[in-house]
Amino acid sequence: MLVYFLRRLGQSLIAIIVMAILVFIGVYAIGNPVDILINPEATQREIDATMQRLGLDRPLWEQFFIYFGNLLQGDFGRSFVYGQPAMEIILQRLPATLELAFVALVIAIVFGIPLGVIAGLKPDTVLGKSIMGGSILGFSLPNFWQGLMLILIFAVLLGWLPAGGRGPTTEVLGIRVSFLTWEGLRHLILPAVNLALFKMALVIRLARAGTREVLLLDYVKFARAKGLSERRVITVHVLKNIMIPVVTVLGLELGSMIAFAVVTETVFSWPGMGKLLIDSINLLDRPVIVGYVMLTVFIFVFINLTVDLVYSGLDPRVRAGMRNE
Amino acid sequence: MSINRSIRGALMPATFAVFAAMSASAAADTLTIGLSAEPTSADPHYHNLGPNNALAKHIFSALIEQDAQQLLAPGLAETWEPLDDTTWEIGLREGVSFSNGDPFTARDVVYTVCRIPTVPDAPSPFTLYTNAIAGMEIVDDHTIRITTDGPAPLLPNHLSTFTIISASASGAEDEVAFDAEGCSGLGDTPESQAFTDPDFAIGTGPYVLSSFVRGDRIVLERNPDYWGEEGAWEEIVLRPITNPGARVAALLAGDVDMIENPPTQDIERIESSGFKVSSGLSNRVIYIALDQGEAPTPGISGDANPLQDAKVREALAKAINREAIRDRIMLGYSEPAGELLPPPMFGTNADREAIPFDEAAARELLAEAGYEDGFQITLGTPNDRYINDGQIAQAVAQMWSRIGVQTDVDAKTFSAFISDRNGFAFSAFLAGWGAGTGEMSSPLGALVATRNPDAGLGGTNFARHSNSQMDDLLIEALQTVDEEAREALLQEASRVVMDSYGIIPIHYELTTWAMRDDLDYEARADQYTLAYEVVPAN
Amino acid sequence: MSDQTLPAQKPRGAESPLRRIIAEFFESRTAAVGLVIFALVAFVALFAPWISPQNPYDLSQLDIMDGTLPPGSESFTIGTYWLGTDVQGRDMLSAIMYGLRMSLIVAGTATLLALAIGIATGTAAAYFGGWVDTLIMRIVDMQLSFPAILIALILLAILGKGVDKVIIALVIVQWAYYARTVRGNALVERQRDYISAAQCLSLGHGRVMFRHLLPNCMPPLIVVATVQIAQAIALEATLSFLGVGVPVTEPSLGLLIANGYSYLLSGRYWISFFPGIALLITIVAINLVGDQLRDVLNPRLRK
Repeated sequence: MLVYFLRRLGQSLIAIIVMAILVFIGVYAIGNPVDILINPEATQREIDATMQRLGLDRPLWEQFFIYFGNLLQGDFGRSFVYGQPAMEIILQRLPATLELAFVALVIAIVFGIPLGVIAGLKPDTVLGKSIMGGSILGFSLPNFWQGLMLILIFAVLLGWLPAGGRGPTTEVLGIRVSFLTWEGLRHLILPAVNLALFKMALVIRLARAGTREVLLLDYVKFARAKGLSERRVITVHVLKNIMIPVVTVLGLELGSMIAFAVVTETVFSWPGMGKLLIDSINLLDRPVIVGYVMLTVFIFVFINLTVDLVYSGLDPRVRAGMRNE
Repeated sequence: MSINRSIRGALMPATFAVFAAMSASAAADTLTIGLSAEPTSADPHYHNLGPNNALAKHIFSALIEQDAQQLLAPGLAETWEPLDDTTWEIGLREGVSFSNGDPFTARDVVYTVCRIPTVPDAPSPFTLYTNAIAGMEIVDDHTIRITTDGPAPLLPNHLSTFTIISASASGAEDEVAFDAEGCSGLGDTPESQAFTDPDFAIGTGPYVLSSFVRGDRIVLERNPDYWGEEGAWEEIVLRPITNPGARVAALLAGDVDMIENPPTQDIERIESSGFKVSSGLSNRVIYIALDQGEAPTPGISGDANPLQDAKVREALAKAINREAIRDRIMLGYSEPAGELLPPPMFGTNADREAIPFDEAAARELLAEAGYEDGFQITLGTPNDRYINDGQIAQAVAQMWSRIGVQTDVDAKTFSAFISDRNGFAFSAFLAGWGAGTGEMSSPLGALVATRNPDAGLGGTNFARHSNSQMDDLLIEALQTVDEEAREALLQEASRVVMDSYGIIPIHYELTTWAMRDDLDYEARADQYTLAYEVVPAN
Repeated sequence: MSDQTLPAQKPRGAESPLRRIIAEFFESRTAAVGLVIFALVAFVALFAPWISPQNPYDLSQLDIMDGTLPPGSESFTIGTYWLGTDVQGRDMLSAIMYGLRMSLIVAGTATLLALAIGIATGTAAAYFGGWVDTLIMRIVDMQLSFPAILIALILLAILGKGVDKVIIALVIVQWAYYARTVRGNALVERQRDYISAAQCLSLGHGRVMFRHLLPNCMPPLIVVATVQIAQAIALEATLSFLGVGVPVTEPSLGLLIANGYSYLLSGRYWISFFPGIALLITIVAINLVGDQLRDVLNPRLRK
């Protein structure tokens, strides 16, 4: 067990380091940030002085060692644009992204499971078929186009909800959140639904498959035969059984939601990390790009590692698999 | 009162009623503006960039102000006179105090000029405007003599570009001096981040900083002790909403009272929804530069470089239908250009019309130059920098193709465009130039003067245009302190360039603001949004 | 989602006659419709230069005076603009046809290249086993644990814009799926007698791998490839929308949508709405075909 854990940890560390090196070299080799940031009226003298101040006049390998030297001391460098520590800027944006991802996750579960169960219970009805048709659409519609259509319908044509931005925020335990005020919630609905739709399609499929499987099991057949109400059979037996795969998959998908938030945040001008990444790519704000990648890689490695460990604790088959490895 | 504090109040039920009553009365005195770009710092000397400079002017004041047409006007300085070619005497306004109560004196001015080169990690420093200053002599608390390296007729323009911070609040010693040995008495100069703290951002401007939440909002409160005319609003909230559609939606929904740069295609809808749009000529020209440096040139097949022939350049200039671009692409929000700066700004020729559209003449000129069958060319352009930039380039490509010059458009995001352009990868590119100083030497010196990094000339002349007659006129103008003589030289220099079609202007951008119809804002040529100049309409 | 498409299972598809597969495929009417639609889409994309009313990228055919006309407007040159025009006066119907072409070329090329790399690495991993297997599968696992969009975004931030760059990014994102699928199936096949026999005859590694192992891994690969091509189209569209994809002058459907985005609020919906519909139809059609193929080619689901 310990050996397995250490080996996984080692692999994760290698993953982080490899990603960091690749991204650093890639990002630092392109363009010249000073060209973009400096006032066009600046003379060559100012440009040279600025490059020197930002350390951009040094050869790539030297910049690389300086960066990683600082990194070992927990310093991710300063944003070229904001002059603040890059990690500080990214972490300022993290709550907005996490709030969006969590709310989207809740929407996906709250709507996805009942729909999936219905589709599983009544696979051959019009309702069941339309739910499954809807889930194919959910898979097929590119995320960003969904977002545009949501804006077109609910913001432009109907005028019910704002087209973008975050709206007012409330501070709770030092973190700014939107969902506590009505105005903030209104701003949150469209982007959260946009981010949720794809996962909702996934949940519907999982819940439907789970339901169908469970209904064929003996004890459920028995419960039905015993005359338990359909309602009770569903709530107790079916839900209990489909929750495990659904929750597991969604745990893994939370990470991919943070990544997909890049798209949603761009469409809805949601001031999260993803929007920051796109802005930083356009401004060649290298420390922020590398910092973002390091942070997301870290989050992913952490999620994967946790899921693996929890699994190995729970599932005897996985434990056996580890011995074979 | 800040939104922040008020929401925290809302969370506590006991104070809720009080809060509601307060916010109702405060709302009328609060102006909320949706910005198209976020200031990157509250430090006025960190980043020489439009949004930062506009924000700085709320909290701090400059020695010399620029009015809506960028003509110079007294600010913290009431007078500025050249004593000789290299000495200027600046008379400071008396009775001005900083928002912490300290009086404003000559020491603060010297401190500010000395601090500018020390700003750590500044991505675009203001040293550009202070480099010419060789020394500053404090004659008395309200008089300064500035000596320069050589004649510096643009010194007043340069002094209008940066704002003055408090020496004492920034930690300077009692004696601050700038003499032949350089600056002394600065103490530890502050980092840019410090200015995000309202207690540190001490200025003499019409407003004081109340809070700065990155990515969300900047809140300003009225400075009761401001030396000039009091701003109309108790509180100003600046919200960066960079997505144009979201910005328009925020205005229409009433989330904000006013927005910067509504997209041209949405203006009709904004106006029909009962909002007002204010627009005016900016100092920004959109131009096409044609590589005249070498043959062959990238993007044009063959060994020759047709663009070195003035007739070809004239043909390309005349093939562009500027009215059509204004009407169809800019939807009326541009003005066809015949120079690099719109009249009546300093150094422009008022009698110079936009280059006329004449397809027949263009074809004839091409034939005269020996290109009756045209040639192939690639037009580089950014597609996210200037108003409708990518669309303008495609329209120009249409028009050039029609006279036989087969044109491909190479549109890129600005960062990619600029690294290609600075590597001379384009034989033709579309770009824009905003004259920060508001006078003709700015575009001439940067875009068409022969490239000379040591003299600070031709820095953006990636077309490698070179005309010694123009260079001589420009350099003489830059040495001439007398205003009238300088303006005549600049006018002549501009005429010389335009007559040889050294660069092809397309149009001047009109800058637009959209707002509630009970507000008024006079459009500014420098494109700054100055909330304190927004007034209730009569 | 494609992770769940296939259990590593011994397929029988290859042994069964093709005719049976075709017959079973057409048992589902939706899948048949999907196939027909996809064939149409592919036809339009392939022959766009010959059947579109206008060459939308020959600038001398355009006129900005025809800009942003609503659907159904008349023009002097090409008849009716059935789907309207964009701000340059470009016929949207023609632009969509060319955009479809670009989208399919990018996604198709990327899928084929990724398939080739995936097959090579996957077979090698299964055939050689040992450290080769460990190394390849570690890389595959590592890569599959990150979302495709993130990897592609980072790659394009590094590589820059361009059709070739997008294809490279899509290949790098996709190859791991194929490698895993091939390895899973090849491992099962490797245990079989005919491979041992081939090895006993000391046929070359390459010959054993490609002549004997590979054909038996094809059915699941086809299923994964169908799902992946739909994913590739959607991913390319997303990247172009974010501004890191194909260049503006050769727009794919995603870029057409992005270009029209800024006109959405002002009511000129057609510039981004119709390309979106075209994208949606294409992806749904491919997904319908993929779903049915999976059922037909997967013996476990056969009744």
